[in-house]
Amino acid sequence: MTINKQSQGGKLSIALEGRLDTTTAPLLEAELKQSLDGVTELEFDFAGLEYISSAGLRVLLSAQKIMNRQGSMVIRNVNQIIMEVFEITGFVDILTIT
Amino acid sequence: MAELTIDATLENLDQVLDFVNQQMELAGCTPKLMNQVDVAVEEIYVNIARYAYHPDVGKAQVRCETGGDPFRIVIGFVDRGRPYNPLEKEDPDVTLSAEKREIGGLGIFLAKQLMDEIEYEFREGQNILTLRKIVK
Repeated sequence: MTINKQSQGGKLSIALEGRLDTTTAPLLEAELKQSLDGVTELEFDFAGLEYISSAGLRVLLSAQKIMNRQGSMVIRNVNQIIMEVFEITGFVDILTIT
Repeated sequence: MAELTIDATLENLDQVLDFVNQQMELAGCTPKLMNQVDVAVEEIYVNIARYAYHPDVGKAQVRCETGGDPFRIVIGFVDRGRPYNPLEKEDPDVTLSAEKREIGGLGIFLAKQLMDEIEYEFREGQNILTLRKIVK
């Protein structure tokens, strides 16, 4: 998985490519840990993301919890396969998917 | 039926997924189906890698069979670690808000939802989990 970050003021955009799974989720977790201070708008672009497992959901949930306290979080361009995982787990109601 | 025997470690997850995907590709499965099965395989395998032999390392055997009418994918996981039935774990409440959700606990639930059947048995010192996906 590759993580592309773009930051402007309080806005952070993160584009993910590849697979967000048990092996790669810790990379995103570490990235968020050092990047979310002072961020009020967090945007994920999933156009290049092919796959997600519970390890990825775990990281998204903790990011959502942080952003609920300090601003907003949206996820764009979710493919059908990842959307199915969001639906099964009720994440469609927790996340803002546009 | 194809078989793969490996050390049950997280590092070998990609090898397990490659093995299963290779079998499904040979059988002409769609990318969507392969992804659904991948998620279930990852969740079950990671559970074995983390807990079955902890803190030691032991072997896991993965079996994969495709075919039949209706077409089905059957994946078996066998380990000789401590007896553990992941299916007994209570399903998480997927209607809770983000704040009330606990981090984690979704893996086995996802596997159950994405496969048609998952069976557990403990036989002759072995944990045997069998996953079935039936394609209508």
